[in-house]
Amino acid sequence: MKLNGAQILVNCLQSEGVEHIFGYPGGAVLHIYDALNVSDKIKHILVRHEQGAVHAADGYARSSGKCGVALVTSGPGLTNAVTGIATAHMDSIPLVVISGQVSSAVIGNDAFQEVDAVGITRSCVKHNFLVTNIDDLAMVIKKAFHIAKTGRPGPVLIDISKDTTIATTEFEGYPQSINMRSYQPQIKPDSQQIAAAIELIVKAKKPIIYSGGGSVIGNASRQLRDLTKQIGFPITQTLMGLGAFPATNKQSLGMLGMHGTYEANMAMHDSDCIIAVGVRFDDRITGNLDLFCPFAKIIHIDIDPSSIGKTVGADVSIVAQVSDALSELSAGLQGKKLADISHWWQQIDKWRAVDSMAYKTAAGVIKPQSVIEALYAVTKGDAIVTSDVGQHQMWAAQYYPFDKPRRWINSGGLGTMGFGLPAAMGAKLAQPNLDVACVTGEGSIQMMLQELSTMLQYSTPVKIINLNNGYLGMVRQWQEFFYEKRYAMSYMEALPDFVKLAESYGHIGIKVEQESELMPALKQAFEQKDKTVFVDILTDPSENVF
Amino acid sequence: MRHIISVQLENESGALSRVAGLFSARGFNIESLTVAPTNDATLSRMTIVSIGDDNIIEQVVKQLEKLIDVVTVINLTATEHIERELALIKISVNAGTQEDIDKIIDSCAGKIVDVSEDTYTVEVAGKSQKLNDFLAALNKFEILEVSRTGVTGVCQKREYK
Repeated sequence: MKLNGAQILVNCLQSEGVEHIFGYPGGAVLHIYDALNVSDKIKHILVRHEQGAVHAADGYARSSGKCGVALVTSGPGLTNAVTGIATAHMDSIPLVVISGQVSSAVIGNDAFQEVDAVGITRSCVKHNFLVTNIDDLAMVIKKAFHIAKTGRPGPVLIDISKDTTIATTEFEGYPQSINMRSYQPQIKPDSQQIAAAIELIVKAKKPIIYSGGGSVIGNASRQLRDLTKQIGFPITQTLMGLGAFPATNKQSLGMLGMHGTYEANMAMHDSDCIIAVGVRFDDRITGNLDLFCPFAKIIHIDIDPSSIGKTVGADVSIVAQVSDALSELSAGLQGKKLADISHWWQQIDKWRAVDSMAYKTAAGVIKPQSVIEALYAVTKGDAIVTSDVGQHQMWAAQYYPFDKPRRWINSGGLGTMGFGLPAAMGAKLAQPNLDVACVTGEGSIQMMLQELSTMLQYSTPVKIINLNNGYLGMVRQWQEFFYEKRYAMSYMEALPDFVKLAESYGHIGIKVEQESELMPALKQAFEQKDKTVFVDILTDPSENVF
Repeated sequence: MRHIISVQLENESGALSRVAGLFSARGFNIESLTVAPTNDATLSRMTIVSIGDDNIIEQVVKQLEKLIDVVTVINLTATEHIERELALIKISVNAGTQEDIDKIIDSCAGKIVDVSEDTYTVEVAGKSQKLNDFLAALNKFEILEVSRTGVTGVCQKREYK
């Protein structure tokens, strides 16, 4: 069958099972759009900014476990997408981003809307390809999806020159299989390392499980729950790992790190055996590396060998798919007698009694923490919650206990303001039967506000919970603590009327100024099943995250 | 410590910039880097000399292995290996210096590969230290230009383990 490159691309995407593409057309991708237009299997979502396309594909991927797909044109289309790509890269999210490129004859000539896409994205993708030969196209697409989804997942960029989309060739179908000698991620754990881990686990008197994004991305939630319950150890989860183990289970100590609970951080510090699952010991967790967990033997499980020993050395390193490693540990520990850890639990209960997440309410102001608690109550803890970046992100993580994986969607690694709204749109498309809330602030929301328009066009009802304190709160907080209250450029004057703004985009806007209005407003918002509702909540401007 | 890392990678466009970009992005040090095709036309061999403590070199190796185009990574310094580097040195020569320069070239098994009216171009190959010593010996004369290839190497055993 003779097809042009654009038709081959669409054909391959269909074979790959792609149902949604987030994108924005332009000169270099016109042939692709022409081919996409006749596909009845792929729905294209026309965003209002390419960064929104990639974040939406990212939210789609995080909420569903599928690979997200975005399509952008050359030049500014690609550069606008870069923030989205880097966001996905830092959090190991499987994406395939397709960008148009100028025709191969003029590549390197500073042609109209030309940028060196593979050069610009090299350090923020798992891999990238430039396709200038139509005969390479199908195999490159196959490789791109394979690379994005396997091993430690990540974004893959395919940059396709315009002449490649126009040229025709005999298309022999999407490749069935693939074998790359240079890319064969290790999936199965080494049995000797499993045995060594078991030896440490049975002796541990002050053990803790420290689980992260790898447990969510690696679909290891069931195995994590099984092992944790089987061995009765306390568990703490990172910002990226929330929900893999149910937060409302009594073995959960909550989140650890800079904004974690007292009990989680104390237990990590005093522990004699840490089972680190799908984590990378990042700087928001460890703080000063020299003082981090001085007494612990560390068992580190991760699919990415370079994550092991990067900042903190491991006593036992298990390079494997997290789910496989956890089930092998479970099996190996079956019938084994563990050390008595009842004293350890007594100590943990003392730390818990400090109630580090308690906060003071005050008359006349709405506390942001209480907004998240109200959101939890109204959604019965079962919504997908996306967030932007800042104080509201931490409050959402702290006060909405997630019991399921893929319900908490945020930009943890890159910390990208503007992520929340398009990610919520993507999540709603992937999980239409779940409530989706975007917890945001008046700073972050204005970075991707234009996607309200997309959300109307494609009917993706999301509830926007805007914690509006008039400040770039996290910046203000750091200025209060570390810059002697010199609030440089962290106050936002001239905010829009968010209610009218939402209405002008065809959505519903509700303003909440009194504590008493909060619950009714949230209930009203979530009762509007088919509507996007923007709930603008004036919160205490002086509140800090701890 | 100085490490020689030998990398086999798919002979595809952009592969060199991926490796070079990795070193700069992660703040790893490159002392020298050579790259050329091998007997297998689909593979390139890259030899990198990097300086760092064991933890850093472990990360260098792991990060290189993580690159999708990279097929194998060997730390040659960790095994018995042969390393060689070649330098071309252009040096000013006159009647007063010629005899001394000839002696130095002889003693280091250097080879004069080109002679002009008032210059020699000398080729010397060996371990990097030998090249350093040779250049140091010539330093009292007028060296016009030095071009070194950077280190290449192979492990001595049939297979690297």
